[in-house]
Amino acid sequence: MSRKIKDESSPILIHVVLITFTAMTIYPLLWVLTIAFSGKQSLAIALLPENPTVWDRLRAIIPFPETVSLANFIEVITEKNFLVWMGNSAIVATLTTLLGVFLSCTAAYAFSRFKFPGQRAGLMSFLVSQMFPGTLMMVPLYIIVVQWLNLGNTFWGLILVYSTIAIPFCVWMLKGYFDTIPIEIEESAIMDGASRTVIFFRIILPLAKPAISVTALFSFMAGWNEFIIASLLMEEEKMYTAPVGLKFFVGEHATQWGSFAAGSIIVSVPVVLLFMYTQKYLVSGLTAGSVKG
Amino acid sequence: MAGITMSNLCKRYGSTSVIEGLNLDIHDKEFMVLVGPSGCGKSTILRMIAGLEEISDGEMKIGDRVVNEVHPKDRDVAMVFQSYALYPHMSVRENISFGLKVRKMPKDQIDKLVNDAAQALGLSHLLDRKPKALSGGQRQRVALGRAIVRQPSVFLFDEPLSNLDAELRVQMRAEISSLQKRLEITSVYVTHDQVEAMTMGHRITVLNAGIVQQVGSPLELYETPRNLFVARFIGTPPMNVLEGQICESGTQIETEALTLPLAGEIEELGKRYRGKKVVVGIRPEHITSEAEAGKPGTALETTVDVVEPLGHEVILHGRSGESRIVAKLHPHHIPRSGEKVQLHCRCDKLHLFHHETELRLD
Repeated sequence: MSRKIKDESSPILIHVVLITFTAMTIYPLLWVLTIAFSGKQSLAIALLPENPTVWDRLRAIIPFPETVSLANFIEVITEKNFLVWMGNSAIVATLTTLLGVFLSCTAAYAFSRFKFPGQRAGLMSFLVSQMFPGTLMMVPLYIIVVQWLNLGNTFWGLILVYSTIAIPFCVWMLKGYFDTIPIEIEESAIMDGASRTVIFFRIILPLAKPAISVTALFSFMAGWNEFIIASLLMEEEKMYTAPVGLKFFVGEHATQWGSFAAGSIIVSVPVVLLFMYTQKYLVSGLTAGSVKG
Repeated sequence: MAGITMSNLCKRYGSTSVIEGLNLDIHDKEFMVLVGPSGCGKSTILRMIAGLEEISDGEMKIGDRVVNEVHPKDRDVAMVFQSYALYPHMSVRENISFGLKVRKMPKDQIDKLVNDAAQALGLSHLLDRKPKALSGGQRQRVALGRAIVRQPSVFLFDEPLSNLDAELRVQMRAEISSLQKRLEITSVYVTHDQVEAMTMGHRITVLNAGIVQQVGSPLELYETPRNLFVARFIGTPPMNVLEGQICESGTQIETEALTLPLAGEIEELGKRYRGKKVVVGIRPEHITSEAEAGKPGTALETTVDVVEPLGHEVILHGRSGESRIVAKLHPHHIPRSGEKVQLHCRCDKLHLFHHETELRLD
């Protein structure tokens, strides 16, 4: 007689908990979508009449616009420099990714494969740098980038800062992955006559694709979504990145919530697409090293 | 083609010495097997030949050239790794041709060499596959292909068969042997499996704790082990070892389990070492269930512990007094465990070792 192993916990309870948390996560996103597609600038989903019925109250919390309109999107794209800001963000984020990932790969490879004085201290200092809040770095960053390097209000200033922020995480992530690539593969390549450079570019990097995808995505997001440092370093409006540009919709006296929501959605589309594209690598990249083999 | 000469070779990691003063000559076109238990330094020696480990002291020559400071890629040596170490993102063809490409060989020449190697190893139909789509044996063949395609002066094998199942191992053993015979390339083969060592090597080097115990042909090692370690290590099941003393008359050895009259070649030894404590070695096949006619022997009362019937023979593990006895018996009668049996021990086939130095008495 076969008996299935019974799970003691109640499936109903588990589902209630899961659905509740899922709803809590999704609801704000749906709200933003509703406002963006409502064609209005109000934060409310629906305006309540003077004597609201139960249905009116219910309608006001169901995240679906009363009328679907693209007006907010059109306004964002046409009336402001939004496309320029998106372009700026794309330049900054892409170059941050390229620079950050390249430097991280070379550093992580060295940390993974070579023994040198300060190896452990170096790795630890990367970790320590991650423990401080970003705002703590604002003043020194401003002094270094604007006053010392004279890179204020330039893409390179931002790229430099974003790469520095992304590199510690990327190095740790990549080092962990490089550690799982058997050393014999490299030794075999050495015997085949390959130089370190050939081994790095033709053996190690192709094998580390999953981890590189994760770090690339992280670096890209670090550059794409960042607001505080960009608003600190970029002075001219035409040099703004998209997150900084969005603040135009938040006024002192009135906030254009509709445009703000539409802008936010446009800004998030490239990241979502990137997530979808790199999805197949993400899982294997993030779990790398958890199981040997 | 080239031989390998190691003179006073040392390998130290900090204050830990792994190899100390190793002297070993591997002849041109020879198939040399380095065998020994885990951690005996055999892989370290191989990696020093390859150039993957630095030499702490001493000299390593490949052919007439001292290679201590020569980069692995310039040593003209190819290596097959235990884990195959194939490039997972490359096809079989790319794996085999990688070494030729990085050496900037013309493409048509690469194609010809790769196709020839693939044909020799039966890989022609697999050239476009990735390593993950291959079986263990096929992967091993790709690793071999990658080594032979470069036509090196020396082949190095680092336990290449230990990841294969038993049946495939026997098959690959024969394939590697015949490949080496055909190509006539000096080969150094590291294994901990003494059956591999015995069946493949022209000569075998037995190592223990970084020290060469004996170098010789498989039969030499089996028939005249230089010390107790080699005696125990070579041969399956291992040799029976009993402590005993040669009697004052020099005609027999008394052990706790039995008294062995000395006969044949070792009769002379008895006279030379009369009264001395010795260690007696008896190969399991020299303990039989029936006395062999015309051969000197003595009876050995044994209580059976475990019986391993292998079809063509039976391995008996038993006790005689406090001594453990292993015997290879004819399968016509399989004793039961607990049973007391009368075995016969060939007295002219004994190996005698010094009680303290454990060296063979000659």
